Amino acid sequence: MSGRNEARTEPRIAVYVCQCGGNIGDYVDTNQVVHAVKDLPGVVVARHAMFTCSDSNQQEMIDDVAREHLDGFVVACCSPKLHTFTFRGVAERAGVNPYRVAQVNIREQCSWTHTDDPTGATSKAMKLVTAGVERARLMKPLHPIEVPTTPRVAVVGGGVAGMRAAIALADVGLEVHLIEKEPELGGHVGKLGAMYPHGTVGTELVHRMLEEIDRRPGIEVHTGAVVSAKSGTFGNYRIAIESVGLRTEVTVGQIVVATGFDSYEPATGEFGYGSPRVVTLPEFRRLLDEAEGPIVRDGRPVRSIAYIYCVGSRCGDRTYCSRYCCSAAVHASLLAAERDPSVRQYHLYRDLRTYGRNEVMFGESRKRGSYYLRFADDDPPLVSIDGERIRLTVHDLLTAGAELALEPDLVVLVTGMVPRANDELIGALKLPVGRDGFLNEIHPKLRPVETVVDGVLIAGACQAPKSSAESVTSGLAAAAQAAAVLRRGVASLDPQVAIVDSGACDGCGECIGSCPFGAIEMTGTGGTVVATIAAAGCKGCGACTPTCPRNAIDLQGYTDAQVRATIAGLLAGRAT
Amino acid sequence: MPDAGPRVLVFSTNAISDPGIDLAGSLHMHYSPEVVVLSLPCTSAIRPDWIVFALEQGFDGVFIASDGDECAYLADCAKRSAQIVGRAQDLLAIRGIDDRRVKMAAICSVCAESFTRQIREFTAALETLGAA
Repeated sequence: MSGRNEARTEPRIAVYVCQCGGNIGDYVDTNQVVHAVKDLPGVVVARHAMFTCSDSNQQEMIDDVAREHLDGFVVACCSPKLHTFTFRGVAERAGVNPYRVAQVNIREQCSWTHTDDPTGATSKAMKLVTAGVERARLMKPLHPIEVPTTPRVAVVGGGVAGMRAAIALADVGLEVHLIEKEPELGGHVGKLGAMYPHGTVGTELVHRMLEEIDRRPGIEVHTGAVVSAKSGTFGNYRIAIESVGLRTEVTVGQIVVATGFDSYEPATGEFGYGSPRVVTLPEFRRLLDEAEGPIVRDGRPVRSIAYIYCVGSRCGDRTYCSRYCCSAAVHASLLAAERDPSVRQYHLYRDLRTYGRNEVMFGESRKRGSYYLRFADDDPPLVSIDGERIRLTVHDLLTAGAELALEPDLVVLVTGMVPRANDELIGALKLPVGRDGFLNEIHPKLRPVETVVDGVLIAGACQAPKSSAESVTSGLAAAAQAAAVLRRGVASLDPQVAIVDSGACDGCGECIGSCPFGAIEMTGTGGTVVATIAAAGCKGCGACTPTCPRNAIDLQGYTDAQVRATIAGLLAGRAT
Repeated sequence: MPDAGPRVLVFSTNAISDPGIDLAGSLHMHYSPEVVVLSLPCTSAIRPDWIVFALEQGFDGVFIASDGDECAYLADCAKRSAQIVGRAQDLLAIRGIDDRRVKMAAICSVCAESFTRQIREFTAALETLGAA
């Protein structure tokens, strides 16, 4: 990293305003924003881009640095939580100090929150970018501080995602605490028979994974246990594990949360639920998995089955699709046909999502005699129960809306996934929860297992409905992310720490007690004593800065001059 | 005060309250575009005279989105931040500026709804106070 032209009085700055496709561009007039800032002092390049994070735009930024001899740049785009490291990386590759990049949030805190007011959003974006330029003009080159990390990971949740993550982490030499609330590992898959599309039996899969875990002494399993508290900082978190009244504290470098999902539980009376002859899909799977031969329910042979899809899904507060349940229902019908080839099966669906290889299963089920009937979103089937007789009527869109009546022996309600109630863990780890109730990643594509809480990762169906294979994949992704940080043995810490202007400090010592990390001490010779701050001990909170009566302490990256310039910039930004 | 309503400066924190404010945007929750956010590592780092400076420069109110008990740095962050607000209000009193123009509330990393509600309430309260 060069720190080129650091002695120059007025830095040369480029401003890039992102449209983020339509995420910003649909609500903020990025042309107007560019026009408003292009003549600000220090700005030598100003333009907008469809995606500032794209490879092509990154290369243009690097080219601009070379051509325009830039000292830093301002990128107005999404939250800094998402792309700070992307643009710092661009700066580094271009030979600019990465701490001379100012990212301005004009998406989450502007375009998305003012979708109802494009004029207001554009005006606000101008102010935000102006403030960003003012801040960037005062940015100094900084260099990261490195601290040791703890080579140990807590994996919370012992389903397939958590178990696979634990095995992968142990295989790269990291210690693992695998923490499961239930008395046994295995989760939902540990109770399943044959799974689609490979036919692997869930119980056998989990048994093999348990053997793998047993073979790895680096994995310590805690069953019947929960995580009740977290303290510390990135790379060295201290967590409390509680199990039957016993509390254990361990220090871990990263935390992987893989707490899974719950199945939707229909209300009594919803499509006849509560009747012994109306079951959910998970209940039907247990019926199939726990016995052999012809299917029997409640002591009576089952000769015909009707599946009602999307029960509890894509309606009310649950607007999402669980994606797996269509395939799981089609697969269950194939298992039922194997048990009794003469059983009659009717699938009543809104939309059918047997994507990828699962389409083959759908074709196979039709070959084996399953009938598919499609109902409208606002016209679901009606189920009436008269004693032991079930009557089901549906308007089938595939036969011009004709009303069809069925009298199946069993109704299977194809239910999806719902977020698991986990308030204690969410509170202890401060996990971000999305509008759908599942845990939120920073970005589904760019940072799919990271959360806004640094060092706390998510995997599996706690994040969104996922199949077992997808859950395992995300467990491995979380393991890779955790290992990438911890295998280095050190984490690069932000160099934005507090510094003392020794010329302004009068040695009063007011700041000493403000630092809980003991990073400040009084030093000096010849009767002159001033405060000094150990960079490695400073956590960069800045709490010492307001305690100094002489304003002799500044937090790098957030200096008094930078904050005042930013505040002034936030009041400017008029269209020219 | 612009036609769009009171200008509000929000001090947020990088790790806790700023993600909560981001989440409000991700959920497309609406508040006045005259509300702008300046994120710091911790609200205990706010100099009282920054609050005064903001109000004297033209903001109608300053909202401190504190971490409350969730601060990753300081167990007593809420107490420290409250003391900073108190010091700022003393400075405002000397200058004849209404101390109700400064408000502090705990905003966590998932407090999207709480932030939106509180900033709307604060904006409404500032409207009754008129321009700073």
